[in-house]
This record gives sequence, structure tokens and C-alpha cells, in this order.
Amino acid sequence: MSLDKATVRKIGFLARLEIPEDDLEGLAHELNGILGWVEQLSQVNTEGVAPLASVSEMKLFWREDTVTDGGMPEKVLANAPDAMDGYFLVPKVVE
Amino acid sequence: MTYIIQGETGPWEVVIGLEVHAQVISNAKLFSGASTTFGAGPNTQVAFLDCGMPGMLPTINAECVYQAVKTGLGLNAIINRRSVFDRKNYFYADLPLGYQISQFAHPIVGEGTIILDLKDGTSREVGIERLHLEIDAGKSMHDQHPTKSFIDLNRAGVALMEIVSKPDMRSPEEAGAYLKKLRAILRYLGTCDGNMDEGSMRADVNVSVRHPGEPLRTRCEIKNVNSVRFVMQAVEIEAARHIEVYEAGGIIEQETRLFDANKGETRPMRSKEFAHDYRYFPDPDLLPLELTEDFIAQIKSSLPELPDAKKARFIGDYGLSPYDAGVMVAEKETAAFFEAAADGHDAKTAANWVMGDLFAALNRTGRDITDSPVKPENIGKLVDLIKNDTISGRIAKDVFEIMVETGEAPDTIVEEKGLKQVTNTGAIEKVVDEVIAANPEKAEEVRGGKEKLLGWFVGQAMKASQGKANPGILNEMIKKKLLG
Amino acid sequence: MTDLTSLTLAGVRDGLAKRDFTAVEMTEAYLSAMDAHKGLNAFIVTCPDVALDRAKASDARRAKGEARGPMDGAPVAIKDLFCTEGVQTTAASKILEGFKPCYESTVSGKLKDAGAVMLGKTNLDEFAMGSANITSAYGNVISPWTAENDATPLVPGGSSGGSAAAVAVRLCVAATGTDTGGSIRQPAAFTGIVGLKPTYGRCSRWGIVAFASSLDQAGPMTRTVEDAAIMLQAMAGFDAKDSTSAKVALPDFAKALSGDIRGLKVGIPKEYRPDGLNSEIAALWDQGITWLKDAGATVVDISLPHTDKALATYYIIAPAEASSNLARHDGVRYGLRVEDGGNLDEMYMKTRAKGFGKEVKRRILIGTYVLSAGYYDAYYLKAQKVRALIAGDFREAFKTVDVILTPTAPSDPFPVEGGAKVDPITMYLNDGFTVPASLAGVPALSLPGGLSQKGLPLGLQLIGRPFDEETILRVAQVMEAAAGFDAVPTLLRGGK
Ligand SMILES: [Mg+2]
Ligand SMILES: [Zn+2]
Repeated sequence: MSLDKATVRKIGFLARLEIPEDDLEGLAHELNGILGWVEQLSQVNTEGVAPLASVSEMKLFWREDTVTDGGMPEKVLANAPDAMDGYFLVPKVVE
Repeated sequence: MTYIIQGETGPWEVVIGLEVHAQVISNAKLFSGASTTFGAGPNTQVAFLDCGMPGMLPTINAECVYQAVKTGLGLNAIINRRSVFDRKNYFYADLPLGYQISQFAHPIVGEGTIILDLKDGTSREVGIERLHLEIDAGKSMHDQHPTKSFIDLNRAGVALMEIVSKPDMRSPEEAGAYLKKLRAILRYLGTCDGNMDEGSMRADVNVSVRHPGEPLRTRCEIKNVNSVRFVMQAVEIEAARHIEVYEAGGIIEQETRLFDANKGETRPMRSKEFAHDYRYFPDPDLLPLELTEDFIAQIKSSLPELPDAKKARFIGDYGLSPYDAGVMVAEKETAAFFEAAADGHDAKTAANWVMGDLFAALNRTGRDITDSPVKPENIGKLVDLIKNDTISGRIAKDVFEIMVETGEAPDTIVEEKGLKQVTNTGAIEKVVDEVIAANPEKAEEVRGGKEKLLGWFVGQAMKASQGKANPGILNEMIKKKLLG
Repeated sequence: MTDLTSLTLAGVRDGLAKRDFTAVEMTEAYLSAMDAHKGLNAFIVTCPDVALDRAKASDARRAKGEARGPMDGAPVAIKDLFCTEGVQTTAASKILEGFKPCYESTVSGKLKDAGAVMLGKTNLDEFAMGSANITSAYGNVISPWTAENDATPLVPGGSSGGSAAAVAVRLCVAATGTDTGGSIRQPAAFTGIVGLKPTYGRCSRWGIVAFASSLDQAGPMTRTVEDAAIMLQAMAGFDAKDSTSAKVALPDFAKALSGDIRGLKVGIPKEYRPDGLNSEIAALWDQGITWLKDAGATVVDISLPHTDKALATYYIIAPAEASSNLARHDGVRYGLRVEDGGNLDEMYMKTRAKGFGKEVKRRILIGTYVLSAGYYDAYYLKAQKVRALIAGDFREAFKTVDVILTPTAPSDPFPVEGGAKVDPITMYLNDGFTVPASLAGVPALSLPGGLSQKGLPLGLQLIGRPFDEETILRVAQVMEAAAGFDAVPTLLRGGK
């Protein structure tokens, strides 16, 4: 499957990456190169193989239901590019 | 009572499915140690994970798992021994991680059922498709500033149960009944407070219409409807819209819409215009959630009596009608009050007092059954006073009103106000004799055959006894005296 | 004082204990070395004040007889992927420029608690995505090594290139690295030092800027195997804040260094000897095999059949996880924001377009694509299945052998210039020997084995069973002794 400029544009939007029109062609070519290369996996027979999501063989550790965090708005907002009255600010969203 | 809309092209049936987001009752968030309490100052209940700081990792809150399983069992659902947390990837200002941690392919709870109690006393079964755990997003406020939206992440990371029904509902009433019943079950279980004003329960309503017998048509999802009434309205409005479109020869696009209660309309969500592609994949920061049989068994054994079981018991043990029983169990506080009132007394009469005079009094005084001025045991006592002829039904009404005002026990009131019924024949004969003596010519008329005047004498005598005379004895006495 | 910087971590430990010098003296020596070699661009930020404060505190503890063990007073560098409280953490990306975490990563925190002195934050490939340290928004790291009579600047390897260069040229006694597909081992090989990627789950990932969560693992970068054991001891351990961290006992790694590997079974996987394998690399590998035999180990030919599919698998899984992990860098709560009156989506798109470099964008796009509707099964799910087979290869092998020996990298260090030009795939091929162990989550270590004809360091890789870092450390130390590798970076020769 080879991706075209339109697909790159769509993927770019999904990933929220602005891609200059002029770069679409080159990127499509580059990504196709990589995708073509990883295609080699289709040669591997994975009949009946369970996908491996994590190599960890541990049991998920369950946390106790106690409040141990929060209460530090100044730290939460310390690095904010734009904040006011304890809130993060972003360009107005119209619903 | 099927709900059919007559259109120009024939009858239409509505098909409804609900996705309810219910906030789990827990102290801390699903994956962080920040508090879940409602109404705190902006960003004061935010851990570094909840605001998506680099390198922060999720760890699961055991209580939320417990609550989800408990809810699953309460919905007679399959509990999956192994479930998996996935990332649902999308960008939004109040989604700090850039993804929602949810469960996609392998939810913690599978299929179950819920029984609706309908107005006409009938009940109907609705299927549960699944229940999964996920985190809530933060809150965006759009009207604080001309060019900015404000973001508060206190809610970000709070545990939600998304409970998805099968498309089994066929009328606004059923949709409302479903939400009411689900809410009741969650509140009986103590897994969600069901507080819709605070957003701890929100419904996404899926609506489509079809001519009876047709396969399903395209559905629209109406997001975040936050009251039973609105759900019913939204269904009605959306169904009407679909029919209008179809009958005008148009087609319905599958889309998510917003319900505007003021305008009484639904409209497409602006921000959802772009086709979403959530790119779900197993969250590599978490491991599969595995449950042991013991864990599940232990929760099963700790389940409280739920509305359906309670209703059956009220019908069986107390002889209530299905409708009355349904009303009594709808809220667990009401059920508890009724049981306290009925315990050891005539349950049916107790039920009538609770559903009649008490509910009326509560409405009047705008009070909740949990702070009812009348204590349940006093309703029990009142019922007994009537049963053993200490007071008549008429007097009981007055006594109850005093109970509402003073909160006193009925027996005390009857004592103080001397409202005990007079059954002593001597005393009653004395009153009767006085009344007859005072109205000789009327007495003659009765003797002359004008028997309908008997009632008049009874009334006069009852008045003379300030309503305390036992009506039975009084009637007999007057007949005997005037007709011999 | 400069010779202070030539001491190993063990040497520093002993010297401090014997009061031969103070932590402050040691720290000052390193701070001046850092000044002298600014040109390598090994650090993104240095923190002399923090360092001297911690050094003073360490000396004070020691004076009161309250020294905290082998790391106390040791000047170390921290890869700029570890969040450090109050000290800028950038992951070498513009998008995190100026970001000062209000928290300390578990691993850097453990080192801090052990008394280690943080000299600064080392440069790396942006978000650890690279094998040459040429994708940092803060400039390339230059290797302290150059080829015999050829001054062409070379790459230190990546992504932990800053840490590797700093350790090699004595700008710190040891450094932390992180390894997702070889980012500790390959730069270690390129700079002639020891780099250990522990078992996945051995060191907590909490507070490390995420690249690929199912692969990322922190580890020590040191000048000797013993130092690696000492530093790993301080970095490792279960962390309740990381659900993937392993609740397993922490052995005494230094104790494992018995020097005795008699009877040990060492596997030699044929798949690591493809046609056209660099003859110098092949020769060094054979040399290593001889050293092991001479030390009494048994050498066994084994097969890891899916090795040649590891890279493709990695370049699906890692970008997929990265595309999601990097979504939080959106300009809303920290880091760069580009806002010019547009709506929220425009702010996201501009911020991320400006904040991320070419390679990072490339991987985000690939990752987004392989997870997108219609392609998930063909790419991501398929890769997860092949990953299962690769892990299975190792499980099988470790039924018959105790440890596996391979080369670390397919070539010796290459020029910075060339590196910038090569196409992505050629660059990716650098990780061919390191990626399989990453996918399997098993521990692997690179140690310097010798020099190429050009006089550049070459590394050998030892791969062990899950949570058996002890065996690879023991074997590594035996090989270290046999190799007697004492070459120092070109930059350090002639007493500079
Ligand atoms: Mg939903
Ligand atoms: Zn949901």
C-alpha cells in the first residue's frame, strides 16, 4: 500500500503536524520507502502467534484508594505558556 | 404500550441505545493519587500524570476495579477475568495526554441485562452490551474570555464506567426508565452517586427510526445528555427529525450531535466535523488487568439487595401491587423508609400512607425522604391506631398533619388532643338522647318514615362527639332509638 | 588535578573513602574538564551550582561518617531525557525548551539519594530517536575520537551520544543513558566505554521522557564493567509508580564479578554474521570467542531465526508508541507554543511542526499511519506477532546457553557529515545487532573489545537471560581483562 499526498496530509492532521504543501510529495516518497521496507514482515508466518504487547511477565500492581497527590496548582501551572486565575488558557474553542 | 409515530409513509418505530458514563465512587483517580471530590478550585486536584507531564505513568486504583466488578455483577453481567487498557488517541484541550486511557477490545465487563419498570406496571428487559473502565477528561470553559477557553483538569483522570446498552429501547419512556433504573442500581450498589447535575452520570443517546420489521437504519449519537427528562426529549426530537428527513426523501448521516434543551433541537457537533481515527492500541504503560475467582466471589457475596429483588420481596412479603412495589424501590432511601414503617404493622396501609400523605407532605414542604419530619416508626404506629379502632381514618388524617408539623408520635398526639375514639355505649347513648331531645319534630318525621333523615342525626351526633364517636356504634344506636 | 578525572567510579569511591580528595575537588576537576571540552557539545545544560552544593553535602556527610555508599560524592552526568527537578529537561527537543520539571525521575532521584553529584544534562538525539546524535535541536555531539591521521569529526553514536562522549573523554565519572533499540550500547561501542541496558522493568521509567514505552529502559554508561555494576545497583529496583517495573529481588551486582566463567555456556548466533559483515567486526567477534574459551567457557553455535526481521518490527512498534507518547507535547501545559490568532487545531499543528525535528516528525507520521484504521492489523499487530517470535527465539536459546555474544554495531563510528546525508533506512540499519534484545526485553551490555584499523573503538555485546544482569556483568569483566582495552579518545592523548 503506497501513500499519496492526500494521505500524508490526513496523517499529518491526525498527528497535528502542519506540513507545508511543498513537503507533501517528498514526505510521501520517504514514508513509502520506510513502509515498503517494513513490508518484509509479511514474509513471516505468524499463524497462530499471539501478539506481544509487553515483555513484562509481572502482574499489574494495584494501588490503594488513598489521596496521595494533587493540591499543587502552582506546580501544575508552573510551565504553562498561558494561564490565568489557576486555569490553562488555549485559543477559544467554539462548540 | 408500543410507541409508534404515524408518518405519511406509514408507522415509524424508534430504536434507542444508551451509552452511560458513570463516575466511579472512589477517593482517588483511576490512575493517579489525586482526589476526586467535586467543586474544588481549578487544577487543585491534579497530579503530574493528570496534566500530561513528561515521563508520568499510570498506576491503577484497586477500588475502581472493585467498583466496576461490583457494578457488572449488579447488572447480571459477565465479568471478564482478563481485560486490557487501550489508548484512544485524539487531540483536545482538556485531554492532557493526547489520548484517553480506556478499554476497547477487552472490557472488564461483558453482556448483562437490566429490567425496566414501566408506568403501566409491566416490565421489560434491556440488554447490556458491555461496561468498561476509562478516564474522564478535564473541563473546558468557553465563556470566561473573548478569545480564550479556560481549562481545569480536576476531573481529568477520574474513573468512569462506560455502560453500553443494546439497541433494545423503543420509546422515550423506555429510555427514561432505563436511565432511572440504571441510576437506581448504581446507587443501591454504591458504585456511582448518580448525581446528574454534577455530571457524575451522563448519557450518550443513540437514536434511529425504521418502519416496523425493517432492518436498523443509520443512527445518530446525541452526546452528554444530563437528565432523564432531557434523554426522553432528545429521543423524541431526534426521532422526529429522522422521520422528517426520510419522508422528505433525504438521508440521515451517522454523526454525533448535541442536544439543546432551550432551543428544543439537536445539532451536529462542530468540533467533530473531522473524521476521527482513534488509533486504539494497548497502553504499553499498563499490563493486562487480571481478576481472580476469589476476588469476584468475595464481591458477589457482598452485594446488597438490589431493586428487582426488593420489589419481588415487597410484593411477596408485604402484598404490595407490582406498581406500588416499583415506586417503593425506585430510590433506596424510600425503600428503607417504607420497610421501617411497615415492619410489624399492616404493610399495605403503611404503603398507602407513604405514597399518599407522606409524599404529598414532602412535596409540599420541599423536603427529602431522608429528612422527613415524620419518622417511619410513627407511620407504623399510626397504622396500628387505625387498625385497633383507637382512631378513625378521618381523625388519622388530622393526626398525620400534626405529625408533619410537630414530628410527634401519633399516640402522643391522640393522648394530648384527646382524639381517642369513643366506643363506650353509655357515653354515645347520652349524646344521641340529647340530639333527639333537641329535635323532636325531625325525630317524628323519621318515625313517620322519612328514614333519609337518619344520616342527618348521625352527622349531628358525630359533631356533638367532636368526631370521636365510633361510627358503627353511633349508627346502631340512632336506628334503635328512632325506629325501635 | 586533571588526573582525578581519570579515576573510575570504583577509584573515586575508594579515594573518597580514604580521604585522598574531597567530592568538591573531584567535582571541580570535572567542571573544568567540561569547560575544556565544550566543543563536543556533550551537554545541553550544565549545573555547576547544583553539583557543588551536592558535593559539599556529600563531604559533610562523609565527615560525619554518614557516607551513603559507593555513589556518594561521585560526579555523574544525566541524559537529558530524565526529568530533573528545577533543572531544564528538553529531550533535546525545541518543543521542551525551557521546561523545568517540578519532579525528579525515579532513577535520577535514586542516584541523588545515593549521594551522586549531578554535573549536567547530556545531549542526545531528539526524543532519543537516532543512532548518531545528529537529530538534537541543540546541535550534534562530536565524538572525542577521530581516525588515525584524519581529523574528520565523527559521531559518538546515539541516542545517548552526549553521555557516551562525556564518559569517554572524562567529563564525568559515569552517566545515565536510556536504551530503546540500542541507544546505550551503540554509543558505548562507538566511544570505547561500557554501556548496559538492563532487563526491561529493572529500572523505573517514571520521570523519563517517553519514546517507546514497551522498549525504553535506563542503564549505566561507565568506563569499566565494575563501575557499571556499581551504578546499576544505585539505579535499579521496583517502583510502585511504574506499572511495568519488575517486583524482583535486587542482587548485589558487584558481588557477581567473580572472574570465574568456567563451564559457562556462551551462544554464538549465526544470524549476526550476515554476508558482507564488516571483516574487522567479524574478526573482533572471533577474538572475543577465543577470550571466552581461554577463560574456560563453552562456546555453542545457536540460531535466533527471526533476527533479520527485528529492525522492521522495531520500526513499526517504536514509532507507533512514540506517535502516542509524543501527543502530550501540544503547547497547552508546558513547552513551546506557537499561537498566531488561529484556532486550537492550528495552534497544535504549528506548535508541533515548529517544535519537533525532521526525524521525530517522520516517526510520528509513520507511527500514526501504522495505527490508523485499516492498517493496524497489517502493520502494528503483525509487528507484535513477529516480536513474540523474536522473544521466543531468545527464550529457546537460553534453554541451552547462559549468555550470548555478538558484535554491538555493524561498523565503526562514521563521520558526522555523512551521517546527516544518509537516508533513514541506512541509518536504522545501525541498530541491527542491538534491537533484537530490546524487543525481547532481555539485558544486554556493550564493552570495548579493541580498535579498528582506523584506530576507532569497536564494541562486543553480551546478551543475558531476563533479570540475569549478573551473568553478563561477570562475563563482561572477564572479557574486559582479556581485551585489556586501554585506548583513550584522541582528544585525551598527548596529555592535552
Ligand atoms: Mg462512547
Ligand atoms: Zn467513554
